[in-house]
Amino acid sequence: MGVGHAHALYIHEHTPIHRMAPEAKLVAAFAFVAAVALTPREAVWAFAIYAVTIAVLIRTARVPARFVAVRLTTIAPFIVFALFIPFIASGEQVELLGVSVSRDGLWGTWNVVAKATIGATVSIVLAATTEIPEILRGMSVLRVPAPLTAIALFMVRYMELVAQELGRMRTAMIARGYDPRWLWQAKPIAAAAGATFVRSYERGERVHAAMLARGYAGAMPELNHRRANRSEWLMSASLPVLGITVALVALVVT
Amino acid sequence: MHAPDGFLNAGTAIATGVVSVGTVGAALRQTSNHLKDRQVPLAGITAAFIFAAQMFNFPVAAGTTGHLLGAAMAAILLGPTVGALVVTIVIVVQALAFADGGLTALGYNVLNMAIIPAFGGYAVFRLVRRVLPRSASGVIGAAGIASLVSVVFAAMAFSIEWLFGATVPVPFDTVFGAMVGTHSLIGIGEAVIAALVVGSVLAARPDLVHGAQDLDRSELANREPIKVRVVAIAGVLVALFLATVVSQFAAGGPDGLEKVASDTGIIESEQDHALSNSLFAQYATEGVDNESLSLALAGVAGTLITLAVGFGAFYAVRDRSGQPNQDAARS
Amino acid sequence: MTNPAIAAQGVWFTYPDGREVLQGLDLRVEEGERVALLGPNGAGKTTLALHLNGIHEAESGAIHVGELELNPSNLMEIRRRVGLVFQDPDDQLFMPNVAEDVAFGPANLGLSGAELDARVTEALAAVEAGSLADRAPHHLSGGERRRVAIATVLAMRPDVLVLDEPSSGLDPAGRRELVATLQGLNITQLVITHDLPFALELCKRAVIMDGGRVVADGSAAEILANDELLRNHRLEMPFGFNQAGS
Repeated sequence: MGVGHAHALYIHEHTPIHRMAPEAKLVAAFAFVAAVALTPREAVWAFAIYAVTIAVLIRTARVPARFVAVRLTTIAPFIVFALFIPFIASGEQVELLGVSVSRDGLWGTWNVVAKATIGATVSIVLAATTEIPEILRGMSVLRVPAPLTAIALFMVRYMELVAQELGRMRTAMIARGYDPRWLWQAKPIAAAAGATFVRSYERGERVHAAMLARGYAGAMPELNHRRANRSEWLMSASLPVLGITVALVALVVT
Repeated sequence: MHAPDGFLNAGTAIATGVVSVGTVGAALRQTSNHLKDRQVPLAGITAAFIFAAQMFNFPVAAGTTGHLLGAAMAAILLGPTVGALVVTIVIVVQALAFADGGLTALGYNVLNMAIIPAFGGYAVFRLVRRVLPRSASGVIGAAGIASLVSVVFAAMAFSIEWLFGATVPVPFDTVFGAMVGTHSLIGIGEAVIAALVVGSVLAARPDLVHGAQDLDRSELANREPIKVRVVAIAGVLVALFLATVVSQFAAGGPDGLEKVASDTGIIESEQDHALSNSLFAQYATEGVDNESLSLALAGVAGTLITLAVGFGAFYAVRDRSGQPNQDAARS
Repeated sequence: MTNPAIAAQGVWFTYPDGREVLQGLDLRVEEGERVALLGPNGAGKTTLALHLNGIHEAESGAIHVGELELNPSNLMEIRRRVGLVFQDPDDQLFMPNVAEDVAFGPANLGLSGAELDARVTEALAAVEAGSLADRAPHHLSGGERRRVAIATVLAMRPDVLVLDEPSSGLDPAGRRELVATLQGLNITQLVITHDLPFALELCKRAVIMDGGRVVADGSAAEILANDELLRNHRLEMPFGFNQAGS
């Protein structure tokens, strides 16, 4: 299954980036990645600056480099695709190690590899320094509609439980000698998934009853939460300000 | 599976972002009118189910495994609107909390993996159900075919976005042919699993299958044997059909035939990899560099998707107004 | 006569699938009592609990909580007064961490700020779970989960606590701690359970429900010593507990 995404990426540490209010982190990550995405691919120097920046970011957040490298494998299929671009792209052809490749295509490869790697690394740092409910809270501070964040909250709370239910059923099947190797042997495992859906739905009904019992009237209550203060916004802004400046200079220069 | 940052250009990212945000907004308005508070925990926990089902290994061939995209299945179980919302939330959480899929790629990832397959898949489901018998088996068969087509729709949508937003001049036909070809195969797995899951829910709690709400008890009890193998064969037929249609467009001349041959060769040799991990096959072939053909192909695919998504949305609206507050009556 | 803590009179309830779960049920619990509600699976115990704070609506009959008769206009006050602790703590603990979960009820009652924080602290202290405030529910042990689930309703300062199978899934130590916690709470309690020794330890009065009705009501010691009565309603004391309480 490649890299499973069941395991949250959060790494428990005490760094300024961990402590920063989630809404500030979300805005900074989005704005920085957008600046990177807009940077012309020919401005190699700009990507060098980005690389140094995220290296500093990883360091500050105390995220192990190995951890980042392992998580970066989620973009591997796209990198593989990017590596093929020069061979299939049209336009001016150049010789590379005796093979004819497209000049545009080579730039295309570089473009995808550089931007995908930087973008994914920023996402990894965001996820490694922010617990999931915090991310959702940041989203609601940023005015993401309440039903969306509320649904996401329940999803995050129960996904491990649901995955465990599915896992237990599979273990029970394996314990009785089930070892499917072909698609047409998938029926029992799909039936387990169906049963899990029914259980999930019924749990939803019980959770709803439990919420009603405690006075739920259709909207999740506002709880006491800290909001990002001025200095946090300023500190978090340093990342996108740097990114946008570099991107703008790169746009003008190239 | 989830495209990273920088894969398509900024314009495409923004345009798909606007479409996704608009659709999600409309979907939210629609669900909040009808289903109120109860929907929140239910949708949340079924989202947890979709999340878990997506990372669950299903056997594919010779011990290799694949995953479910699950958008069409979610639409059939929960209705297209709630289904699209739930899968959207799964994709957003995967990007933000699991670094899976780029932040600036969220617009097209949500559009391709949630909105289009949920609404488009649901439209196909409703259309196929008209042909199949009114029975549990009919629902199961329609769920399989809808899931297959939903995956192909997702591939088509990506190809069209590529036409507008590629950062490199790779011929559209090459991308389209390889994407749709590979995904017709991936779709078979999706079809079988989704049909089986829907079938097992139908057996236990038919009232929970939104797409079967129009059936009465005796119709639901009718399970004339449409077996796994039949669904698989039907899937292969649909895949062949799609592949033929696509190759009609893509194969512009004798070199086109060569392309199809080598395409299949490559797809086969990389099959395990493609089915287990990647959205993309490797496109190591010379494409047919024919601009008008590309546009015609993109036009047809775009029309198909738009029609399907439109129908899906139409059904979503009609389902709701036709059956006011079914859920509330059950509590 | 003073008002009872809770009273159900002639309550009938049928599920949409046709099961008649409550068939004219009468039950009265006085203030300060701790009552065990026993009965076989399917007797309607949980359904009754869901009626007591208005989650299910009876077809006929009346529910009183204190001086109030349950009706749609006073639903919120009834839900504050009757705290329902569900069988599976995972159904009850749906928020990301313990403190937020405990705050959910009082926040719905309109509390906020320092007042809300104080309520959370008070409720967690009552079940000796203050140190768990920042933990995520899936990182708690079974016993901790149960105690926190109780705190989530205590935070609403209820008049009556209705607990559904509180001892299920607990290890012996967790069960003993739960008994101590419940004994320490100065509040009317209705305890639904299959765990007869637990009922005996905790409650002076026991009620047996079967077929949607109360079939026995009296001193826990007497009811739990009546083997024939227990057997008739698919109940039994575990091996080794012969002649309970005597």
